[in-house]
Amino acid sequence: MCHPVPLMVRDVTKAFTQRRRREGGANGKARAITALSSVSMEVERGEIYGLLGPNGCGKSTLVRIISTLLLPDVGSAAVFGRDVVRDAAAVRRLVNRVSVEAAFFKKLSPTENLLYTARLYGLDPQEGIKRAYGMLAQVGFPMNRVHDSVEDLSRGQQQKVAIVRGLFTSPVLLLLDEPTTGLDPQSKREVQAFLRSVMRDDGATALFTTQDMEEADRLCHRIGIMCDGKIIAEGTPEELKALVRKGSLPQPSLEDVFLQLAGKSLEAPENE
Amino acid sequence: MRAAIATARVKGRPVYAFLGRSFALTKRYWPWEMTWLLYSSAMVLSIGFLAVGMERVSGIAVPVDKVLVYLLTGSLLWQYLSELFWETSNIISYERWEGTIEYTFMAPISRLTHLFGMSAFAACYAGARLVVLVGVCLLMFDLDLRGANLLGACAVLAISTLSLVGLGLMAACLPLMYTEKGMQMTSVVEAALLMVSGVYYPIEVLPGWLRFFSQFSPMTYTLQGMRAALLEGAGLGRLWGDILPLAVTAVVLIPLGLKVFAIAEAYCKRHGKLKRSG
Repeated sequence: MCHPVPLMVRDVTKAFTQRRRREGGANGKARAITALSSVSMEVERGEIYGLLGPNGCGKSTLVRIISTLLLPDVGSAAVFGRDVVRDAAAVRRLVNRVSVEAAFFKKLSPTENLLYTARLYGLDPQEGIKRAYGMLAQVGFPMNRVHDSVEDLSRGQQQKVAIVRGLFTSPVLLLLDEPTTGLDPQSKREVQAFLRSVMRDDGATALFTTQDMEEADRLCHRIGIMCDGKIIAEGTPEELKALVRKGSLPQPSLEDVFLQLAGKSLEAPENE
Repeated sequence: MRAAIATARVKGRPVYAFLGRSFALTKRYWPWEMTWLLYSSAMVLSIGFLAVGMERVSGIAVPVDKVLVYLLTGSLLWQYLSELFWETSNIISYERWEGTIEYTFMAPISRLTHLFGMSAFAACYAGARLVVLVGVCLLMFDLDLRGANLLGACAVLAISTLSLVGLGLMAACLPLMYTEKGMQMTSVVEAALLMVSGVYYPIEVLPGWLRFFSQFSPMTYTLQGMRAALLEGAGLGRLWGDILPLAVTAVVLIPLGLKVFAIAEAYCKRHGKLKRSG
């Protein structure tokens, strides 16, 4: 019997309508902005699949579709065989997301925010908080601040709470949308080490989007390079580097791979 | 029995997630809550003083006690309705502002549980404020409630709350779909509803074309029923004429509210409107 893969995306296309602004601020003609163009990919069980690409290439749009927050125009995506549109409720039980914006009720403390999540996900609140506290300690969060308002925490501390919030509900598929963006190098390393150990111990699968090539190289089993809404190359870090390696020259970095294949840098302007 | 209680506790956790979160937020913003309560008290008391001053203004004798209860019923119900609408739609706006709206919408709960949790808090909150405002009125005015059927008035309000929740769910679509102005639009809905329902006057004084809409507003029956219970001591037999339409509107409006919200949600997911925050 064939077990469904954790994530299968088939020919997903998504466009948004945007109105040009005329001088003076009046609405002008509407135009369609294609965020995703026939994207197909699969993520295997226990794998960390990296999506690499500049701002505006469609990484977050794809993550939102998989999270059931956005409806694709064409194509389909399925999490363990459950379609993200037709079986959205079932998919939501299997996934959790950590986004680049650490979205919290800022007046509440990390504990209150985590309690909210625990109850939302049907966990026993006390057990959930205990597990969350354990994870917070592992990522280096100062435990004497668990009752302070989130708005009083630094960006790095907030993101650590966001990561724990995404993980302590034990999702089967974790969607990590640039989770370490904005963290200082020390915090980044702590979070990366934590993610590796949790993925290994819990056997979870992850889709990981990032602009940090080194991070992708270090964490991901396979990488998809995205540009202008399409996946232009896919493979293990070594396979991708082999695509652009020239003879006996030193091994190229993933940045070299990206520049060669996409013809632009990761700092390309956002077009959403 | 124990197993049933345990199951109920587990199933009730997501609903309590919304109640606990909203209660914690209310506690955090307590100075603003106190300020808002003062404002609401001033609004209600002003209407009460309008009744008390009516003889002086009009120059003719008026049954001040009756007019006072009549007008205060309208004013207090306006406060109750506006809090119910405000809280149901405010939490959507607030979540959008905080950026948590996507996180809540991707939680593994049914939209019914989500909206029930939101509405449950809105009803509790509006009810608690109503109790405080009634207390303020009792302190400031010598209200003649002899012969009032207080239980009957409470029953009318309780049934009315169900249909108002249905309307509140529909109103909650506005901040969902219109980021900047959606919240303010709920005030328009609320004001129009109260105007055709006879908030400070019998609906008979309305022109015919406006009175046509009165029959469709649950607030019409709420105001009629509560005034009958408080001013005339009307019993269940008389109140049934207002309770039945309220029950019918609740049965219609709650599923309709859920359906409208589902359509709004699908629209937002199609056009990427859940993403927008702040």
